[in-house]
Order: sequence, then structure tokens, then C-alpha cells
Amino acid sequence: MVNLEIDNIKVSVPEESTIIEAAESAGILIPSLCYLKEINEIGACRVCVVEIEGKDKLVTSCNNKVANGMVIYTNSPKVRKHRKTIVEMILSQHDSNCVTCVRCGNCSLQKLANELNIINVPYEQEFERRPWNKKFPLIRDSSKCIKCMRCIQVCDKVQSVKVWDVVGTGSRVSVGISGNCKIEQADCALCGQCVTHCPVGALRERDDTEKVWNAIDAKDKVVVVQVAPAVRAAWGEELGLSREEATMGKIVDALRRIGFNYVFDTVFSADLTIMEEGTEFVGRFKNNKTKKMPMFTSCCPGWIRFCKAKFPHLVPQLSTAKSPQQMFGAVMKTYFANKIGVKPENICTVSIMPCIAKKGESNMELYFEEYAGHDVDLVLTTRELNRMIKTAHIDPNTLKDAECDELMKDGSGAGVIFGATGGVMEAALRSVYFLITKKNPEPDAFRIVRSSRETKGWLSAEIDIGVITVKAAVVNGLGNARKLIEALEKGEVHYDFVEVMACPGGCVGGGGQPIHDGEELAALRGKTLYCLDSNAPIRFSHENQDVGRLYKEYFEAPLSKKSHLLLHTNHNNWDM
Amino acid sequence: MSRLEMSVPNNAQVVLERLYRDLEHRIESSTSGLCPIDMSKAFLELCHAQSCGKCVPCRVGLGQLKYMIRDILDGKGSLDTLALMEKTALNIIETADCAIGYEAANIIHRGLIAFRQDYEEHIKQGGCTCQYEQAVPCVSLCPAGVDIPGYIALVHEGRYQDAIRLIRKDNPFPTTCGFICEHPCEARCRRNMVDASVNIRGLKRMAADLAGEVLPPPCSESTGKRIAIVGGGPSGLSAAYYLQLMGHQVVVYEMLPKLGGMLRYGIPNYRLPKNRLDDDINVILATGVKVQYGVRIGKDVTIQSLREEYDAVLITIGASSDKKLGISGEEAEGVVSAVKFLRDVGEDVELDFTGQEVAVIGGGNVSMDAVRTAIRLGAKKVSIVYRRRVTDMTALKDEIEGAIAEGVEVQTLKAPKKIEVDEKGHLKGIWVTPQMVSKVENLRTTVRPTGDEDVFIPCNTLIVAIGQDIESEHFAEAGVPVKSGRIQAEKYGGFDYIPGVFAGGDCATGPASVVKAIAAAKVVAANIDEYLGYNHSISCDVKVPENDFSNRTRLGRVSMTEREVGTRIHDFDGVENGMTEEEGKQEASRCLRCDHFGYGVFKGGRESLW
Ligand SMILES: Cc1cc2nc3c(=O)[nH]c(=O)nc-3n(C[C@H](O)[C@H](O)[C@H](O)COP(=O)(O)OP(=O)(O)OC[C@H]3O[C@@H](n4cnc5c(N)ncnc54)[C@H](O)[C@@H]3O)c2cc1C
Ligand code: SF4
Ligand code: SF4
Ligand code: SF4
Ligand code: SF4
Ligand code: SF4
Repeated sequence: MVNLEIDNIKVSVPEESTIIEAAESAGILIPSLCYLKEINEIGACRVCVVEIEGKDKLVTSCNNKVANGMVIYTNSPKVRKHRKTIVEMILSQHDSNCVTCVRCGNCSLQKLANELNIINVPYEQEFERRPWNKKFPLIRDSSKCIKCMRCIQVCDKVQSVKVWDVVGTGSRVSVGISGNCKIEQADCALCGQCVTHCPVGALRERDDTEKVWNAIDAKDKVVVVQVAPAVRAAWGEELGLSREEATMGKIVDALRRIGFNYVFDTVFSADLTIMEEGTEFVGRFKNNKTKKMPMFTSCCPGWIRFCKAKFPHLVPQLSTAKSPQQMFGAVMKTYFANKIGVKPENICTVSIMPCIAKKGESNMELYFEEYAGHDVDLVLTTRELNRMIKTAHIDPNTLKDAECDELMKDGSGAGVIFGATGGVMEAALRSVYFLITKKNPEPDAFRIVRSSRETKGWLSAEIDIGVITVKAAVVNGLGNARKLIEALEKGEVHYDFVEVMACPGGCVGGGGQPIHDGEELAALRGKTLYCLDSNAPIRFSHENQDVGRLYKEYFEAPLSKKSHLLLHTNHNNWDM
Repeated sequence: MSRLEMSVPNNAQVVLERLYRDLEHRIESSTSGLCPIDMSKAFLELCHAQSCGKCVPCRVGLGQLKYMIRDILDGKGSLDTLALMEKTALNIIETADCAIGYEAANIIHRGLIAFRQDYEEHIKQGGCTCQYEQAVPCVSLCPAGVDIPGYIALVHEGRYQDAIRLIRKDNPFPTTCGFICEHPCEARCRRNMVDASVNIRGLKRMAADLAGEVLPPPCSESTGKRIAIVGGGPSGLSAAYYLQLMGHQVVVYEMLPKLGGMLRYGIPNYRLPKNRLDDDINVILATGVKVQYGVRIGKDVTIQSLREEYDAVLITIGASSDKKLGISGEEAEGVVSAVKFLRDVGEDVELDFTGQEVAVIGGGNVSMDAVRTAIRLGAKKVSIVYRRRVTDMTALKDEIEGAIAEGVEVQTLKAPKKIEVDEKGHLKGIWVTPQMVSKVENLRTTVRPTGDEDVFIPCNTLIVAIGQDIESEHFAEAGVPVKSGRIQAEKYGGFDYIPGVFAGGDCATGPASVVKAIAAAKVVAANIDEYLGYNHSISCDVKVPENDFSNRTRLGRVSMTEREVGTRIHDFDGVENGMTEEEGKQEASRCLRCDHFGYGVFKGGRESLW
């Protein structure tokens, strides 16, 4: 242990602790803007500087370690004065137009400037303005970037995609796209991790709420919305609702009050996905098609984009099943449209997703009979949902649990856990077991594949199903996915079935979820989903009654001709 | 009132003088990768501030150039801006009254040609593609990439053994390099911005002096692969060391009776004592490297047979033959090449120059070694004969000063014309043509004959030190690509059409330096390992101490002292005295830890394995 004194408090902390950690253990909070534990410890913003007794220069507490006998002041007059000046300098290059900023009220810079009582900036202000394609799902506003470099590090170290890089030298140093190209060509997976780790409003999703309002307002449109599993685990965080209060039922209520005509739960199409993908896997496995390379899940468009861009030769290994979002959209515009007697072109399909990649995925085309359009017309993130709730002036405390609409109402616990890493695999295994043995396993029999954000690398398991053994792996985070693929390609490991989710912790940690600077909430949100699963009346996708009826009345069976047409895709056929 | 007054510098002037010096140091430690246009603008502003303001082109024009560059940097420029810049710069060059104006415009004009691409990039992309390089200046300039701040921090803590271990991760010759490395790492040391660069080599020597015996790390599990290395100089031995650590069995073929190459048979003992060289070589051999002494590939054994017998072959034969002057009389008795001369001394051949006059031709490091060795052999008078001036010599400044201090006569601006031989075929002296300096071409000052009559320099021994050649004929005959003597290995050290054969060091680059030879060895070792189907890495488990937060006040650089000239010229013992422990600790404290402070903590910092 190392013994030292911080702000006149005696502290004893493990060796190798940084000053900021030591201070935190004594309840002293040192502000910072660029620091991200283990990912960005570069001391760039200089906000976390502290004074060490006997030393002239202030030192950054995020990347300097404690030593025995140190006497540290985190809030001395010198520290306070310099910290304030630093933030004033940052503000001289930051377009602080908070009233029109998505991060207003949830912004580390705004909060810090307020705390430091900065009520005017003594420096000349000049903002960097770089052009950006406003149609791209990911938006960067250079005039708000504070050059904390977090986006560079997250995209590089966590996701191994390396979209961002430092550009320019001297006073013109900024953040740009690596290789001097445009974002559209940068192989961005659209996982949105850079967005959720940006301390300010420099990165955000493309805001599509206006288009949704317009669709709702349009007289001739039937607006049908679906809500992804992971959304229920996080939406309440921004609205002051506790985890227990923030139920899926209340989202349904809110969406109806906003004006959506039909509200559905994506859990339904998650079950449908399992039927298709599970059957597909059994087929591939039996035909020895997983002997060399595994079948990869295809529900995460972030992963699909990554695979298409970085490992195009592996695209044939992807399941051909569309993601639950796209499947639901396809069913809404065909089976459902038919049932309610509305032409598909008069239906607007909206989805609420924890994800930015889904905005990109929705450009996948749908051709059916005379209809030519998209499965899903508009995609909103969890954050945009909350903004719509606020815009509608709905008091979250007045929301009541409501039920989804008929026809596609049923949903299993297996579908709910799609939102967490390992969930798709677990759900699939439950049904693959049934497909092979014609018996149900214990619902929690495959809990071994429950991975977490903290799992280093990937998780692997050998699953005995009757006479066969399936080698499965679960991986979250694209950096980990890359490592797994490299090991597969070198022949160091072999799997039959691999689930990949691009975001650390799975969709619960998705790039469209509420942002909490400095906190990683994926694990906590994942727990909510597993809890919902264990309390669910049905635990198996193949027991979903509405899915059963859908097959009976429409698709006949998984992998039928019609389901190939509507529920599957060739991932080579759509552009990133 | 007095008619004249003595000028005393006022306070502002004194401070300004210091600013100029600081500026010089700052520029010295400039990293590469900076935007040349942004830098040009900064220079231009400095030049403009120097203007007396009398003339229009300088007072106004330089300012206009500045605005135009600013626009380009801000992404607001166009090709028209460039054209106007060119017109303006030319105007200033051709109309400004004094050099303050026309030379400033010249800088910009040269830049417009040299950085044309960068200018256009700015205009088209709205920004530049430059990227900060040399995050840790010393490490990025060390060809072998030694973890310099790491070992300096260890020296600071008195952990000399660990310092040696850490150096060996990238350089198995810590002692040798502590003595004679040309230390390119010091050139842009960031400490220059405070006062002067850290004495990096001195600290390495100090670690080697105080560490005692440090055994090599254990080798990886044996792979059963066998590798032949031709030539036991620093590049061959470094590759041998790393390949052996990776678990392969290396056999070094050396034509001479002992290992070390130029370290033993070139560099004189007074700069690198042989017993200290052996410290490094013994550790390399302790890994299990085998050696065949006295075997010359191309004479005793062929490269083809080695290729058949071994899984891979590495050629590191150095550059050990001499370049000829190409003037008459060169075959005379008494004329000798520096390489041959120094090798004889290294092999302890009895040589006595007592009472003789010796002339050495050439202005490089090898020439300095030759003259100082001749002095130690008792010569009455030793002269360096050189075509250009002392400032044009390629030898290190310290070496030239050392030679002059030891009484060497420097005869500059004299170009060798012909060698005078007596009737017995014995050397009498050399005729030289007097030269005068002339134009500066590509930063090099040229010379031309003055037209005066040739001068005769009598001498009993003439040593020719004008460069080295590579004895690569045998290898060329065996099909290895060779161009003007040099073995043409690809960047990865191998040959696209000859699998399993690699080359590195002086024989591939031409005469260079020890640390470059070592750097090449790292590359070939890694690629031979990969060629053999492995992926071993070399690392070191020494943990680098945390930075301290000392106040970094200005502190002089410790330079090493030398033994008194009067005594040292009578023996071959080491000339340079190492630092004391106290000096070393103080010097180590000067390191600014660029691995932790600055860009190094973000990108391009420590690489703990290769
Ligand atoms: C006088 C002198 C002073 C120098 N001073 C310095 C200095 O202060 N600092 C510095 O950094 N560099 C210095 N150098 C340069 C440095 O010594 C060389 O760059 C370095 O030694 C090159 O290493 P190498 O392994 O490639 O070749 P070498 O050191 O030349 O080693 C080649 C080895 O191969 C052997 N060999 C050659 N042909 C065959 C064959 N056919 N079969 C078997 N064996 C063969 C040779 O005997 C020799 O042992 C100096 C060079 C000279 C000549
Ligand atoms: S990023 Fe923060 S400080 Fe900047 S405008 Fe948005 S809310 Fe305000
Ligand atoms: S975009 Fe955001 S995360 Fe990236 S450097 Fe700018 S402020 Fe930081
Ligand atoms: S969205 Fe993901 S892949 Fe794209 S830049 Fe951000 S972190 Fe990188
Ligand atoms: S893990 Fe989920 S939230 Fe993240 S990119 Fe994939 S689908 Fe979107
Ligand atoms: S100050 Fe230290 S780390 Fe920085 S360049 Fe000099 S020796 Fe290297």
C-alpha cells in the first residue's frame, strides 16, 4: 500500500494507483474531460491537474501514480486558478451554443464550466468549422470538439476500426478521419461507441425525430413502431425513472400518446430470427459447413459492417437471416399490412433501437410483389425516443403499463436477452436443442454463454445437445471480434457458431443508448434483461404463439421460399 | 558630450541574445513530420520582425506573403494564391535592398518549389496530411529503437543491471555502444529546449561500467532450426543473439581469428578497449551461439553449401576492403589503406613509426582513427591531407578535436595529385594541388584549384582513408543481387527470389555505423524467424520506473573527461573517462521522460516487445 495525503486527508491506496483513483477512494472528485480509464490516459485537457507539495509544475492526476509521502492538493488556489483558465481556453475554441445542443444538460464541459462559475470567456473565440455529410448516420460537429482524443482511442483500442485520427500539426491539430478520407469511405461500423464516449456534443447520431413527427402528422400514413429489447433497460435513465419503474409497458404507453398507430416489441421478431437462424445453423452444422469456419450471427449491423469492410471473405459465413429489426419491418409491410388491409406504401415503419448502425442498416431494400421500398423506414435511437417523449411534454411519472398491439404481441424471454452479449447465442441454443432433440432443455441450461463487457477476448463453450457437441463462442466489442477472427484464421481455435455484438456488453451498451460520461452501464442493463427473461411466462422462441401463427398462416416453415424472400438477405447485396 | 561612446548592451538586448540562443536550441530539437508550410510561416514572421522597414518590398511584401500563407493554412487559398505568392516572392528577391528582405523571400520561394505538393494538398484538402513524428525523439532517432528514457530512469535509480537488460532488448552491444556509438539519438533530444541534450551515450557507458556481469535471458524452447551467419561483426552477432534467444541454433562463420569485425579490427583500442568489447561478445556467446573461426566463405566454404546445410543463411560481411585513390604511385611500398593499417594494429602486428613522417588522406572518422593510431606508434609528424576545409570534414567534431589535441597537423584545401616514388619503388611523399572554396551546391561547399603550383608533402608512410568497399564477388557469383559492390537486399533483409538467404549491416547499406548494423540485425532476425515459420518476440521483463516530478530547472550537461594528452599518446589505453556515479545520477535526472510527458503517452510511445 502507498500512504499519502490528499487535501489534508490521509489516504492509503494500492501501489500503482493513479492520483485520481486515490482521490476518488477518499471521496474527493477531481474533474476531468479527456480521461477515460485504461482507454485514454493522456493528460490532454489538463483539467485534472493537482498540486504536489514542493513541485512547481502542476501534474495531471489521471496518468500519474501516487508515491509514499506525497502531499497533494486538488483544490488549492493555484489549482483552482489554472483549472479555470484551462476551461476558458477550451471554451475559446468551443461553440457553446448549449440551447441547440443535444448534450445540453448531459455535457461534461457544460457541467464543469458551470461548476467553475465561468460566466465569461476572456479570450478571443474562434471555432473550427469542417464540412460534414449531414445525411450520414453519424454526425460530427468540429466546432464543438474539444480534442480530448477519446473517440480516436475508443475506435482504435476498443473497436480496432481506427476511423478517427489526429490530423494537422501545431495550432491546427484536430481530429479527422484517418487516411484523409471521408467518413463514408472510412469503414465506420456505426457502432456509436465514439458518440457515447464523447464528453460533449461534438459527436451524435443523425436526428430523425422530425421525420417521425411528420409521418405521425401525415393523414394517409399508418405509423407502426417496434421497440428493441435493450431500449427497455436504459430509456428511464434519462427521464428520472428507476430501473423498476422504467418498464416496456410504459414505453408502449408513451409511444401511443405520441401518436403511433401500432406499437410492437422487437422481441417478437427476435423469436422469429431464432426460428430462421436456429434452423439455418442446424442445417449448416449437419452439412459440415461449420467444420472450417463457424456460422456467425447476423443480428448486429455494426458487426456486419465491420465484417464486410475488414473481412469480406467471411461474408458467406454470416447467417443469411436479417436482423430482428429488418425482419419485423418486412413482416409489417407484408403479412401485417395485408391483415389490417393497408397498402404497404401507406405504412411507415419506425424502430426504436439502442443503436446507430441500425440507421445504416435500414437502407436495405425490400421488394415484394408491387412494393419496392424498405423494411424499415425510420430508425430512432433510445436517446431520440426520450427526446420525443420530452417534446410531447409527457410527464414520465404519469406513464402507465400498456400492452402491445395484437397479431404480433407475444414475445419470449429468449427474445428479450437478445439485447445483451451472449443473449442471441443462448436464445438460439435453447431452440436448437429443441430442433435437434424435440425436447425443451432447462431454460437456464446454457447460461454459461452469458458473457459480459468485462470478458477479456471472447467466451467459448462446448455445448452438448443430444449426441452432438456444438462449439460456441460469444464475443462483444469489435476489437475482441478481430482477435477472435485472427485466431480462427490462424487455426488456433475452432468454433461452429459464433455470436458477435459490436458494442461492448452488447446492445445494452449500444451507441444509441443514454450517455453517462465515465460510467459503463452495460452490465447493469444486461442484468435487467436477464431478470425479465427469468420472469417471462415463455422462455423459448419456438413457443411464441404469434410466431407460430405467422408460420402457419404465412411463411409455412423456417427457410421456406417466402421466408427466404422476406426474412433473409445476401449481405453482399447491400451497400454500407 | 563626448565625441564617441562605448556601447554597452542594455538589458533588453541581453535577454534577446538569450532568446536567439534558445531559439536555436528549439529548432535543433524540432521533430520531423511538422507542417513545412506552417513552419515557413513562422520563419517568415521572424524574418519580417527583423526588417528595418525602409524598403517597400520587405516591409509590405513579406507581410502580404504571410497573409497568403495563412489563408492557405486556413483552407481559404487557391492556386491563384500560390501564383501571387510566387510573383511576390520573386519581386522581393529581385528588388529588396538588403539580405534581410531578399533572403527571407528566398526561403519562401524555395519552399514554393520544394513543398509544392504540401501547398497543393492544403488547397485541395483544406488541411495538411502531416503527422507529428518522433513522439519520443531519442527513441525514434535511435536506429535500434533502444528504450532510452527507460534505461535512463533505471540508471537514475542505480539499477544498472536492469538498465543493461533493457538495452539488450534492442541492442546486444550496450558496452560497445556506450563507448563508440555515434549517438544520433542525442541530436533532437527535447532537453535541448531547456538547456542541452542529455548525454545518452555517456549514461549507457556508465550503466555498462557499473553493472558488472549481466547474463543473457534464457532462450526459447529449441526449434531445431539451424542458421548460418557469414561474418562475426556487430550485425552478424546481434542477429545471432536474437535468433538464438528465439530458440534457433546459430553458427557464425568468421574469417578472422576473433569476433567483432570492425569493432575489433577497425576501431582502435584507445576508443574501444578490446576487453570491454569482449564483455558484450561473451554474453552473446553465452546464449549458445556457435562459431567457426578462420573460415572464409567464398574460399574455404561456399555460400551454396551453407544454403544446403542450413535452414537459413545470413550474410553480414561488412565493408572491409579499401577504396583506391586512383592516382599514380598508389602501389608503392609505404602506401597502405586505413582499413588494412588498422586491422594490422588490431591483430597486434608489430609496427613502429618512430621518427617517421606519416600522412593520412581523408577527412572522415576512419582517417581520425588512423592519424591518432600513427601518433601512438611513435610517428614524429602526422598530417591529415584533405581537399576541403575542417568544417567540411565528415568526422565527428570530437574526433577532429581529439586528433588536433594529440598534435596532428591538419593540411586542408589540398587535393592529392600524385605519389612520388623513389627508384626502389618506395614512397617519398605526395604532391597536392592547392584549392580554394567555391560555390555552395546542395548545402555542400565545393572547392576549385587556386592555380598555384602543386605542393610536395614528404612522408615515409601514406595512409589512404577515403572509404571502404565490400568484398561481395563470391556472393554475386552465387546469384545474390549485387550493385556496385553492395548486396541488394530488400527492406525486409531478404531477396524476393532467393528464399532463406538474408543480408544486412554494412555489406547491404555501405559503410555506416554500429547501431545501424544492429538495427538491421533486428529486422533480419525477426524476418528469418518468420521465414522459418515462427512468431517469436523479444521482450524484457524489467519494469521501467515511474517518472518523477522534479522541477526541471536548468542544469548543465555532464560531458566526459579525457586522459591527459601527454600520457595517452604513448599507449593504446582508453582515452575517455566514464562519468562518476554522482555525475551519472545527475545527468539521468535531466531526462524529461518524453515517454510519459508529451505525445509519447498518447501515440508512438513505448514498444515493450518486437
Ligand atoms: C576505423 C573505423 C572506425 C569506426 N568507428 C565507428 C564508431 O566510432 N562508431 C560507429 O558507430 N561506427 C564506427 N565504424 C563503423 C562500424 O564499425 C561498422 O559500421 C560496423 O562494424 C558494421 O558492422 P557489420 O557487422 O556490418 O560489418 P563488420 O563490422 O565489417 O563485420 C564483418 C565481419 O565479417 C567478416 N567477413 C567478411 N567477409 C567474410 C567472409 N567472406 N567469410 C567470413 N567472414 C567474413 C569480417 O571479418 C568481419 O568480422 C567504424 C568503422 C571503421 C572502419
Ligand atoms: S457540447 Fe456541451 S458545452 Fe458545448 S454546446 Fe453542447 S452542451 Fe454546451
Ligand atoms: S469528437 Fe468528442 S470524443 Fe472526439 S475528440 Fe472531439 S470532443 Fe473528444
Ligand atoms: S461509430 Fe464505431 S466504428 Fe464508427 S467511428 Fe465511432 S467508434 Fe469507430
Ligand atoms: S451491438 Fe447492438 S447496439 Fe451495438 S451495433 Fe450491434 S446491434 Fe447496434
Ligand atoms: S529528454 Fe530524455 S526522453 Fe526526451 S529526448 Fe532527451 S533523452 Fe529522450
